[in-house]
Amino acid sequence: MKGLIGKKLGMTRVFDEDGRSIPVTVLECGPCPITQVKGDDLDGYSALQIGFGDDRKEKRTPKALMGHLGKAGSGPLRLLREFRVASVEGFELGQELTVEMFAETKLVNVTGLTKGRGFAGVMKRHGFGGGKATHGSHHHRQAGTIGMCATPSRVARGHPMPGRYGTDRQTAQNLEVVRIDTENNLMFVKGSVPGHKNGYILVQEPKR
Amino acid sequence: MNILESIRRQGLKTDVPEFNVGDTIKVHVRVREGEKTRTQLFTGVVIDRKGSNIEEAFTVRKVSGGVAVERVFPLHSPNVQAIEVTRRGRVRRARLNYLRERTGKAARIAERRDAKPVKPTAKS
Repeated sequence: MKGLIGKKLGMTRVFDEDGRSIPVTVLECGPCPITQVKGDDLDGYSALQIGFGDDRKEKRTPKALMGHLGKAGSGPLRLLREFRVASVEGFELGQELTVEMFAETKLVNVTGLTKGRGFAGVMKRHGFGGGKATHGSHHHRQAGTIGMCATPSRVARGHPMPGRYGTDRQTAQNLEVVRIDTENNLMFVKGSVPGHKNGYILVQEPKR
Repeated sequence: MNILESIRRQGLKTDVPEFNVGDTIKVHVRVREGEKTRTQLFTGVVIDRKGSNIEEAFTVRKVSGGVAVERVFPLHSPNVQAIEVTRRGRVRRARLNYLRERTGKAARIAERRDAKPVKPTAKS
């Protein structure tokens, strides 16, 4: 498993040799220092903890976290994430992971927090059809019925209703890696990626 | 400049002639037919120009045989090999969607007299 933490910069397009326009999302990935190597009996599993975002002030970083990062010889970081590896061999504390590790990769999964939509109605949140817009209808963006009558006299559990929508962890699977820019730590993936611009994302090798 | 903006400025064409909405242009389009590639000409009036940098695109409208054809070209696509401006038009709109409802004499566009004369643009 390969993994990196990054930031979504936004979308644009690139042209391939045939002149086709490919929609791409530009991700700033890494460099991510390894802040902890989990692999001994104490942890019980093998994984790497990596960090990202060196734009954090030391003054605003808890001392306990600074101590933890100090072991890896790293300055303050915004975000720490962990991903499983088959074997921690070849990985060292403090070693920096960069987009170069994805140079040969064709497909990636990108995980992020979706844009928050606040308290959303059923049409936006669950894709309901809504009612008639006109012809004297007073039933526009509402849900229809939410259940039956005296039997069962209750609403089914988990029934789709309005509520908070967005800010959910979501993974876009098997996105094509269009280009890697090792100089600027950039990765171009085809299509969209969950989250708003400058949102943090996790790039991993697809599981399938 | 932020990183995304600099990416959107990569690979821009430098040989694009100056042209505006209302101008009549010839677009040299690269067409792939199986193994062979050839260049096709699409001549018409520019009715829309939108986007910026690598995402910039323009719409060309022509009427051929009574049937109107509109094509949207990404300006910086390698398939758009060259653009020739044949006539400058004087228009007062940014998008000439009103042309769609007009035919014949009503669909004419006055020529701009103030503009620099159209220079024959070199094919790239």
